[in-house]
Amino acid sequence: MRLPSSAEAVEAVQAVREAPWSLWSRQLRAILALEARKMTSGRRAAFPAFLALAPVLLFSIRLGVLSLMNAGAPTNPEMASQEFANFFQTVLLRLVVFFGCVALFTALFRGEVQERTLHYYFLSPVRREVLVAGKYLAGLLATIVLFCGSVGLCYILFFAPFGRAAVLEHLRGGGLGHLGAYLSVTALACLGYGAVFLALGLLQKNAVVTSVGVLGWESFNFMMPPLVKKISVVHYLQSLCPVPVNEGPLALIAQPTPPRFAILCLVVVATALLVLAAWRLRRVEVLYTGE
Amino acid sequence: MTGPPVRSGDAPLEIVFEDVSKFYGEVLGVNRVTLTIRPGITSLVGPNGAGKSTLMSLMTGLLRPTNGRVRVLGRPPYDAELMRQVGYCTQHDSFPPGLTGRRFVESALALHGMPRSEARRRAGEALERVGLTGAADRRIGGYSKGMRQRVRLAHTIAHDPLITVLDEPLNGLDPMARAEVIALLRDKAASGGFVIVSSHILHEVDALSDRIVILDGGCVMADGEIHTVRGEIRAHPLQVLIRCNRPDLLAASVLAQDHVVEVKMHADRRGLLVATRDADRFYLLLNRVALEDGIGIESVTPADDDVHAVYRYLVGGDGEPS
Repeated sequence: MRLPSSAEAVEAVQAVREAPWSLWSRQLRAILALEARKMTSGRRAAFPAFLALAPVLLFSIRLGVLSLMNAGAPTNPEMASQEFANFFQTVLLRLVVFFGCVALFTALFRGEVQERTLHYYFLSPVRREVLVAGKYLAGLLATIVLFCGSVGLCYILFFAPFGRAAVLEHLRGGGLGHLGAYLSVTALACLGYGAVFLALGLLQKNAVVTSVGVLGWESFNFMMPPLVKKISVVHYLQSLCPVPVNEGPLALIAQPTPPRFAILCLVVVATALLVLAAWRLRRVEVLYTGE
Repeated sequence: MTGPPVRSGDAPLEIVFEDVSKFYGEVLGVNRVTLTIRPGITSLVGPNGAGKSTLMSLMTGLLRPTNGRVRVLGRPPYDAELMRQVGYCTQHDSFPPGLTGRRFVESALALHGMPRSEARRRAGEALERVGLTGAADRRIGGYSKGMRQRVRLAHTIAHDPLITVLDEPLNGLDPMARAEVIALLRDKAASGGFVIVSSHILHEVDALSDRIVILDGGCVMADGEIHTVRGEIRAHPLQVLIRCNRPDLLAASVLAQDHVVEVKMHADRRGLLVATRDADRFYLLLNRVALEDGIGIESVTPADDDVHAVYRYLVGGDGEPS
């Protein structure tokens, strides 16, 4: 493989410098503003918002019942950490965040086709790559706000039955770090699953079947050989969780991925999927009659 | 700023279709269309399914041809930067949810990279041009059909495109609004722009257009100025209505000519309807006969030199696209 000459390298750097970055950033902001308005006015964010609210309501009800019964917390804080970890990985990550991302990210382009509004973007001087980036960022911001908010509230509500003093002691004693880790894992889950489902929404007319397949793959990841485990989002997310969970007797144990490498893998895979999505979007034709 | 301009002295001022076909699976959209559109008002006329919307979508990059090539100002139509010079008002009566008319137009200008103040100013001008200033801050969801049509038109023209493509722009508009839109389109053409319109309203196409393209079954049946197209339809002799004081004498004179196919006396017996295969020779004959025989001619009017007649002869039916 021939290395680029110095002249070619200078040319490449020049091309990057001359790229209309300021135009693209203004266009990105315009896309973000428009998408934010669509999500708050339309029904696109309704199901993800419901998913985010559901566990919060569940824990609120649990807190209320325990308060009414004067029962106090059912376990001690150490065991509660393990219980929350189990709940986070089995319910919040694999169900709430997963399906929320399916609903929101697959609809970013598919929803435009169904609403017959995609042509407005295609008739504007926005490069397809900028459009993909803008919509992805809009979806990412929305899901991070919804699901990190949900996880944070669930965490506080989960430990609330122990009383204020115990909660503060837990937070000072490492609980705050755990909360930060859960919020980071949630954000990275949105990043990874968001890219997967944005690409799927462009590659397939109906991404439901494939999404179920992805869910199956992610759910049974614990049974897969160590090398195959790495072909999933959840493997890297689990590596970043502060409290490991017992995956049962059928689980095949694999060496956890170092945190920095896990984050890097998620970012690289998400970027590759977005590049694929942009390539696909260049070939999309606006034809609503078939929808 | 908003990026490098596409308008340049070197760019050919034309939209070119080179042997373009578009298939939707097995369904034909357009078939081997070769066409060049230049600045001015060009109307696409044809029945439903003729290929008008397909041609418009091909020239604006929303569709790609199955075969052939489309070039707009010398560039492929799906070039993002080219969209600075193109405005397309589609037939789709759909909008992003939750937007007011003003916000809808401003958001389009923001996608051009315009600063907010510039976008706001231009949006205001466009909305004023289509007569929607009063309703601009209401949600589009509460607009009437005519208002939705006008806000889409404002969205199309707000960035002052060189090429304005409009699919049935007069649909849902009252007569006053139609007249305003026609005036707007004439202004755009007069300033050197392209205006490509499809319409079912043939008499307005007739009044508005410099040029027509008649489509049927995905094929171009005729293309050019209305009078030129009419003159080339040899299968249907040109019908000319002549009002004069001696119709019987005139009839006798013109019937002797080989290019005159038919002569009918008008019901009021003060005129003749003449069918001729050669309009130029007929008009020369008319001048000579009028001078030699002393016939007083009040008016000479082509009776079928319009879009209705051209459409009827080429496409058939009752002269109106469905």
